Amino acid sequence: MAEILVYVDHVDGAVRKPTLELLTLARRIGDPVAVALGNGAADTAAVLAEHGAVKVLTADAPEFTEYLVVPKVDALQAAHDSVSAAGSLAAVLVPSSAEGKEIAARLAVRIGSGLITDAVDLEAGDEGPVATQSAFAASFTTKSRVSKGTPVITVKPNSAPVEAAPAAGAVEALAVSFGALATGTKVTARTPRESTGRPELTEAAIVVSGGRGVNGAENFGIIEALADSLGAAVGASRAAVDAGWYPHSNQVGQTGKSVSPQLYIASGISGAIQHRAGMQTSKTIVAINKDAEAPIFDLVDYGVVGDLFDVVPQLTEEVKSRKG
Amino acid sequence: MSLRIVVCVKYVPDATGDRKFADDLTVDRDDVDGLLSELDEYAVEQALQIAEEADDAEVTVLTVGPEDAKDALRKALSMGADKAVHVEDDDLHGTDVMGTSLVLAKAIEKTGYDIVIAGMASTDGTMGVLPAILAERLGVPQVTLLSEVSVEDGVVKGRRDGDTASEQLEASLPAVVSVTDQSGEARYPSFKGIMAAKKKPVESLELDDLDIDADEVGLAGAWTAVDSAAERPARTAGTIVKDEGEGGKQLAEFLAGQKFI
Repeated sequence: MAEILVYVDHVDGAVRKPTLELLTLARRIGDPVAVALGNGAADTAAVLAEHGAVKVLTADAPEFTEYLVVPKVDALQAAHDSVSAAGSLAAVLVPSSAEGKEIAARLAVRIGSGLITDAVDLEAGDEGPVATQSAFAASFTTKSRVSKGTPVITVKPNSAPVEAAPAAGAVEALAVSFGALATGTKVTARTPRESTGRPELTEAAIVVSGGRGVNGAENFGIIEALADSLGAAVGASRAAVDAGWYPHSNQVGQTGKSVSPQLYIASGISGAIQHRAGMQTSKTIVAINKDAEAPIFDLVDYGVVGDLFDVVPQLTEEVKSRKG
Repeated sequence: MSLRIVVCVKYVPDATGDRKFADDLTVDRDDVDGLLSELDEYAVEQALQIAEEADDAEVTVLTVGPEDAKDALRKALSMGADKAVHVEDDDLHGTDVMGTSLVLAKAIEKTGYDIVIAGMASTDGTMGVLPAILAERLGVPQVTLLSEVSVEDGVVKGRRDGDTASEQLEASLPAVVSVTDQSGEARYPSFKGIMAAKKKPVESLELDDLDIDADEVGLAGAWTAVDSAAERPARTAGTIVKDEGEGGKQLAEFLAGQKFI
């Protein structure tokens, strides 16, 4: 069977969920070979093996943390060259994070391959992997494939279930030689984002978002309380972010993050195209809004026309008591 | 020597219009109005600010696209860019990101540059990879997704806010920079700016001028193929209730039925 390179997104050896989802998709088209780079790379092997990696290629060097993106491209290219030389490489899969997309893009140019970004599904096809994507604020669904070179595809979080499928996961050291461009962009300082204890927005199974109707930073507490009762991430519309009520890192929409959770709850959000672009692929959509005419109601599976200051706390209490 | 800034911009279908695909599965540009991609306005703004800080700088705005794409260039010129370059060629129809980046890279090299600035993504394709690909093609550092940017003594510095950390970045010029919508509000063109823009030079280039063969671009030269594009079925009308005191409880009932609670 052909091999599929899977780029591993991890923090000091802790593999992030979108990578495990990628392994599920990779197994549909071949044997996953994982590539883990940087501090803690070798520590990822056990969980990757548990989820189907037949092999785990690892490399660590200060370049991966001290310089932006390019050292990782050099390493992924080395993995590409080594796997291609030894057998048949059918695709390279990378999680659709901001950095993941940049790594995938540079690799694709270097190896002369077509690039597909933000796939939401992947299946085997006669002429290579076929990727499903959403276009125009999710009003269209397209099916695409790479027609030149080894397909390089980035996949959005929540596109596949995480499935256990134990495999060998043999760890091998990857030899990497860094090119002249690797040290071009220096990372002079890094401040880790403070953990809120909530799931990461793009990875969360449930997202609870607040918009203009929340009417003030101090009121976001009720959105957070609902999120916490459901184990959800908190999102915000552009209006709420621009007003300074919630951090930009939580913005859902065209100019913010694109999310695709199992459940999306929009509170006090009208549903402008800007916002819809970032959440329309959510599986189940719920909205709470005073305005019965708000366009968000065109999208919902369930909507409540009412004051979020009444509905949201009542819902939170009900969730808590049911979870008891 | 003058600081040469090239801003890459894109002319995109208006997101509030009825965007769709044409029969050949390229973006239908006939049935919906186009405009300068909103996210590129932030790039123009940062280019103008960097130019204002420099002793001597020139801002060139560059686009690849059909005749109408001149509107995007005019908007950037009316904001304050000095001149424009428009790459237009019938053979470009259906070009994917790999082809577009090739054309941009050649045009940038022909124009001459110290800094290339782009928006974080276009508002139509939304791939967000073009700046990184340009850096790869040009063989210069990428300093991308910046929410803050400054240039001093031949060095570009900026802040990149990622999912897990906020990073301070630094690279020597020449470099490719991209900025987010957090980099600073884009200015509105003044009446004077709009009048002045009419007199600013717009250079037109074709593929021949850039030594690019027609088979390297267009639908035939694309490295990816779209096999189908289907309009998503409208969501079947959901249940909508009016809150009469029990709205939260009714919603909880729905969520429990869907196994979310």
